[in-house]
Amino acid sequence: MTVRSAILLSALAIALAACDNMANQRKRLPYELPYGEQAKNWPALPPDGVVARDEEPVSPPPVTMSLLKRGQERFDIYCTPCHSLIGDGDGMIVHRGFPRPPSYSIQRLRDAPAQHFYDVIANGYGVMFPYADRVAPADRWAIVAYIRALQASADGRLDDVPPDQRGTLQ
Amino acid sequence: MAVFGPKANLAVNAALVGAGGLFLTLLLMIWVVPVSGYNTLERYVPVQPVPFSHKHHVSGLGLDCRYCHATVEVSQNAGMPATKVCMTCHSQIWTNAALLAPVRQSLAEDKSLRWTRVYTLPDYVYFDHSIHIAKGVGCTECHGPIGDMPLTWKATTLYMSWCLSCHRNPAPHLRPLNDVFDPHWRRSPETPSGAQLMAAYHIHPKTLSDCGVCHR
Repeated sequence: MTVRSAILLSALAIALAACDNMANQRKRLPYELPYGEQAKNWPALPPDGVVARDEEPVSPPPVTMSLLKRGQERFDIYCTPCHSLIGDGDGMIVHRGFPRPPSYSIQRLRDAPAQHFYDVIANGYGVMFPYADRVAPADRWAIVAYIRALQASADGRLDDVPPDQRGTLQ
Repeated sequence: MAVFGPKANLAVNAALVGAGGLFLTLLLMIWVVPVSGYNTLERYVPVQPVPFSHKHHVSGLGLDCRYCHATVEVSQNAGMPATKVCMTCHSQIWTNAALLAPVRQSLAEDKSLRWTRVYTLPDYVYFDHSIHIAKGVGCTECHGPIGDMPLTWKATTLYMSWCLSCHRNPAPHLRPLNDVFDPHWRRSPETPSGAQLMAAYHIHPKTLSDCGVCHR
């Protein structure tokens, strides 16, 4: 065996050995534990006063149909378990023993500024946990707009519905 | 004197049967074992720190997938719920349940629960949840009857051939965007056809099976 072929063979052996672990590469993936230097200082907690990248405050957007639709979708995901689909506080989790939240149609909440609902979504209120990590600032305003729509519909009458759409309510 | 003794026939037969057996075993190892559940971990139920039931929370209580997997629409990772998400309800409900002791401990010690991964992809595959959601691929297409699983199990092989079966012919796996998170959705006569949905979502299967779609 010449020196040359020995070098080639060992290079091939090294290359083949590296093939082994492509499925488990040394890189950080979500929810995988860190290794090496990072593992020494784990969990890496952010310093005090750090604001999440997507936690930038958003000013209230103009109320449009698409905003209300977005608000309805987000409300149905995150709020209905307790507040119910119509916002009267009779949600499924309340049936299971969770303290009942107030209905949105009480006078105190009708008088409350929009910022109040925004802050409650972000920071929680009473036994309600904060939803800041799951409902982004823009979506909070969408939910607030939808809550206002629920408040308006709470004492709606059949006369408020356009005549050609009344049939859909029966 | 005979060349072959009286035991020669037996030896030849034994060798033939042995070779046949070896051949069959090889076939089995090559074609059957790799696709068996033993190898793919299909239907395997890993042990979890808390025996969480999707059946109870999704089908029983009606929680939306996104209540806990909040980043599934915007990120490659669906997102595992923080302990505080569990405690949103369980600070008030089942507060003394022994099953939930690890959750309470996690909150008290400020240490994340470490769930066992059910769906593992090799590191050279770059899967992204958000694009599949945006193109109308329902959760159950990959996660099986997740809404009816008392304990979470792996519903597919996750073999590349399985990925490609859909990437080459996506139409039968698409649904309207409103139904993506419905674990019990069934195609009805009113549902737009797969071809219509492909057109609506601008899905072009010709480039969908390019290497670079999943490998970088």
